Amino acid sequence: MTTRSVSAFLAPRRRLQLAGLLTPPVLWLGLVYVVALAALLVTAFWTVDELTGQVQIEWTTENVVEVLTGALYRTVTLRTLGIAILVTVIDIIVAVPVAFFMAKIARPRMRHLLVIAVLAPLWASYLVKVYAWRALLSSEGLIEWAVSPFGLDTPGYGIVGVVLTLSYLWLPYVIMPIYAGFDRVPDRLLEASADLGAKGWTTLVAVVLPMIRPAIIAGSIFAFSLSLGDYITTGIVGGTTQMLGNLVYTNVGAANNLPLAAAISLIPIGIILLYLAAVRRTGALRSL
Amino acid sequence: MQIGRVARYVLGTITVVVLGLIYLPLGVVFLNSISTSETLSWPPPGFTLEWWGKALQSEGAFQALGMSVLVAIASSLIALVLGTLAAMALSRYRFFGKESVNLLIVLPIALPGIVTGIALNNAFRTLMGVQLGVWTLIVAHATFCIVTVYNNAFARLNASGTRLEEASQDLGAGLFTTFRLVTFPHLKSALLAGGLLAFALSFDEIIVTTFTAGPGVTTLPLWILQNMFRPNQAPVVAVIAVILAVLSVVPLAIAQRLTAKDAEAVSR
Repeated sequence: MTTRSVSAFLAPRRRLQLAGLLTPPVLWLGLVYVVALAALLVTAFWTVDELTGQVQIEWTTENVVEVLTGALYRTVTLRTLGIAILVTVIDIIVAVPVAFFMAKIARPRMRHLLVIAVLAPLWASYLVKVYAWRALLSSEGLIEWAVSPFGLDTPGYGIVGVVLTLSYLWLPYVIMPIYAGFDRVPDRLLEASADLGAKGWTTLVAVVLPMIRPAIIAGSIFAFSLSLGDYITTGIVGGTTQMLGNLVYTNVGAANNLPLAAAISLIPIGIILLYLAAVRRTGALRSL
Repeated sequence: MQIGRVARYVLGTITVVVLGLIYLPLGVVFLNSISTSETLSWPPPGFTLEWWGKALQSEGAFQALGMSVLVAIASSLIALVLGTLAAMALSRYRFFGKESVNLLIVLPIALPGIVTGIALNNAFRTLMGVQLGVWTLIVAHATFCIVTVYNNAFARLNASGTRLEEASQDLGAGLFTTFRLVTFPHLKSALLAGGLLAFALSFDEIIVTTFTAGPGVTTLPLWILQNMFRPNQAPVVAVIAVILAVLSVVPLAIAQRLTAKDAEAVSR
């Protein structure tokens, strides 16, 4: 069969075309990802043989109940949520003015340079950036050197260090969708608003903000979900601080208890799904 | 919009300060790569090129770099094919369950890396019974890279509309000819941008990688994690980081130029 005859055969059959296009990606994601995720969720209801350390197919709600009611998990969940929300808010507050300047004030040449300047740090390894913050925050580091003349101390390794480092890491991911959002607001609309007598601030609140809301939410998905699962940054600059990711990691690795790890990971999965469900209507998923 | 002089200066200043803060830690990494102190103490006690010499001779780092490039290219190519197919389906056809397919594509990147990591690790080893190796790593990376290609392609397909494709078919071109001569040329730069993002995402990923790379498969992030806290090796890691950050500007500049040009052409 030549491509021509295949094409002639397919042309009137839209359903068949759709099936051809959709099958490979859905099959891939279904087989690789959904099955793996479902298997993990099921594992949360299994148990581990205390002697051999092997996962046993023995149904129990013990792990899930422990995770949902244990004081440790409640504290760590609240701490993780607090850190993730704080990081997201800080990133949005920093990103909005920068993105606005890039999209609406900078000249085109300058704009290209700024986009590159914001994106380039994404290529410098995540680990190296965290390590740089470890150096910045240390008691012999730049921050201590800069603030000690004022009688202050570096925040050191702990929750503040984690929040600063995570905000730093995800900032480019938040700036870019918001920049794209501002860029999609046509200048004509802004002029129309001004012609109709709106002051700059009114235009911003009444015209621009509603239009870039999906972009802001898209940016927040990155900052929020990346913070929610992080354990490496916490390990390097967090001192003894534990986040949900650390609990999961300990149970997969040192404690060798996959069912408990799976049960703990239900918490971030649940939070993210609720968040995605809440923002789905805004169309933010398409601005990622 | 009428933006006052004051507002311009304030926003400009904020942007400069934020960019300064973005580059400050990277500057510290650069200084560390030429500082005689191994622990990044500030201010640097002295300068040396010793670490640069060592880094350029580090076989482990270059092997890891090769592995990372291999994995990133392979997983980006898979993501390019799957992401484009999904974008074509969701932008050009109506069907039930569109939102679910969209969610399915976003999920691997929206869920925490450690969840994706242990889920895939468990599935590979116990469900499928395969040994972890390079392939398991590539499959895992491709899975969370699909979304970057999909989003870029979908946005472009929506922006360019279907008129040209309809015209092409009215003039007698078949489906494949229309794709090759009309759709694809429009889509090319968006695919390049999405592919580059996928490459970057895979290249730097550490968490899913920890759980899906077989023994002996060392990507650059894994190598960095292994060497970062070794005495004598931290400054060598800094050298590698500086080299990567500088090299990265080239593909970024190209992608930026291409997408900007195309976006203008499409919106006109």
